[in-house]
Amino acid sequence: MNLSNMYQEVILDHYKSPRGKGLQETFGGEAHHVNTTCGDEITVRVQLSEDGNSIKKISYASTGCSISQASASIMFEQIDGKNLTDFNKSSEEFLAMMQSKGKFEPNEDLLGDGVSMIGVAQYPARIKCALLSWMAAKDAIIRAKGE
Amino acid sequence: MTISDSKIKLDIKKIQLDFPILAREVRNNRKLIYLDSAATSQKPQVVIDAQNRFYETINSGVHRGAYYLAELATDAHEHAREIISGFINIKPDQLIFTKNATESINLLSYAFLNATLKSKTDAAVDKRLVLNAGDEILVSELEHHANLVPWQELCLKTGAVLKWIPITDQGLLDYSKVDELIGVKTKIVSISHMSNVLGSITDIELIRKAAKSVNAFFFIDACQSVPHMPVDFTKLGADAIVWSGHKMLGPLGIGLLAATTELLDIMPPFITGGSMIETVSMQKSTFAKAPKKFEAGTPPAAEAVGLGAAVEYLQKIGMQNVHDHERHLTKLMVDGLKNIEGVTIYGPTDDRERGSTVSFALNGLHPHDVGQVLDDMGIAVRVGNHCARPIMDKLKVQSTTRASTYIYNDDSDIEALLDGINEVFKFFGAR
Ligand SMILES: Cc1ncc(COP(=O)(O)O)c(C=O)c1O
Repeated sequence: MNLSNMYQEVILDHYKSPRGKGLQETFGGEAHHVNTTCGDEITVRVQLSEDGNSIKKISYASTGCSISQASASIMFEQIDGKNLTDFNKSSEEFLAMMQSKGKFEPNEDLLGDGVSMIGVAQYPARIKCALLSWMAAKDAIIRAKGE
Repeated sequence: MTISDSKIKLDIKKIQLDFPILAREVRNNRKLIYLDSAATSQKPQVVIDAQNRFYETINSGVHRGAYYLAELATDAHEHAREIISGFINIKPDQLIFTKNATESINLLSYAFLNATLKSKTDAAVDKRLVLNAGDEILVSELEHHANLVPWQELCLKTGAVLKWIPITDQGLLDYSKVDELIGVKTKIVSISHMSNVLGSITDIELIRKAAKSVNAFFFIDACQSVPHMPVDFTKLGADAIVWSGHKMLGPLGIGLLAATTELLDIMPPFITGGSMIETVSMQKSTFAKAPKKFEAGTPPAAEAVGLGAAVEYLQKIGMQNVHDHERHLTKLMVDGLKNIEGVTIYGPTDDRERGSTVSFALNGLHPHDVGQVLDDMGIAVRVGNHCARPIMDKLKVQSTTRASTYIYNDDSDIEALLDGINEVFKFFGAR
């Protein structure tokens, strides 16, 4: 089954034991995103550092398929505590990978376990699932900045 | 042509050969097992050919030319109308071609809006179509968004109030609530004949009686019934029914509205422009009678012709035979699903109360993941909310997996689905 390209062990592991799941009470910005095709939902909360340059704490609550759940967990691991420049780099790398139809050499420094999502990029119907958490995080950051 | 509704054992293998797409391979060179006909059906070669033949031999402006080809095209278009109207036992001019069922329902809802707006300046508007604040529109909790959102919009614009018949835990309408929900304020009752999610079949006669006891208009969303069972418009006793051609072996882009002559006479047009007028001056226009009044612009004539061929194809098989075959498949599917540990079936499990559209869950697994693994085996099912969010809320799920059949499915397709489901459980190591 070439399905295992999509459902790599790492992904199933994040799906079964998601990291950092659960919303924090203190936050500067929140975003709620829905994947209208399958009803997957995520709420992301972001608390920025005093100087506004880095993510002090990111938290999320979500329901959905293995891909969207694993993606949120992987994103959490990758960006919690990072500065916004790093977040932007990671988020752009992830987006580029998802839009690549699978023809991409993902940068592990930027994506961490996210590199395992390369197989998902071959399934157009699932790209939205993988991007859901990243898009919500981006929005939550914008709101936290008060832009 | 004769309608052969006699009981025969259908040769499904032979029927499958009529559908070219069933011969193709999908992911991993797997044979296609198409179990998503509730979304859209596949097309037999005769339909594809009829549509192509229109373009190859008679393509021209329907109702818009005095030359030979235009006559042939017009004839073909109107002949299709005759075939399709005969199929549900109405006169040809009671049948309106639209783009899809969604447009057909909007045609109805906008008739009420337009009548309500026009009534302020035009005394000739039929008062039965005029909605006042506090008037009520009744739908059910299991409607497809197409038979819900247009009525919500109509309520917002007129001050009418939307009410709905709730569904029971078995996924049937809670008929015990009908009497209290229908009253003198009820102006419109619009209910689906068969749920596109749960497969439940509505007791139309019960709803019709209730609607007519208060002189409300009674509309039926027949999207999931006309393709799968014999439907006689006259026997249903509705003022109008809507459905889509693409779900009954016909082409995409053509939908239908069948209505009583009386309703068609009093409804103002929805979309206006060319082909639907009687006289036009710079100041004002008068409209043609139905069906033209509701068919503005150049019509999708090739699609109408294709749909005519689809109906003839179904008539040859016989709708009772279609229904019997699908009931057999439904029983096989429901019984099979019941026997798999960890599967929850939504909706009625008695095959007398349901059609062949079955929603289910693999406990602990998300439908998107279920659909993906099935897809890997060549099995096409629908996952999602099926354009019926309120049912999802009622079931307390985000989405379901749905398998639905048609005349080209056979026992082996159902067996493949059941085997596939076991594979899905294995793949994710869950149950
Ligand atoms: C019950 C029901 N009503 C309405 C519709 C809308 O049909 P269409 O999308 O062809 O307009 C559908 C199908 O999608 C349906 O299943």
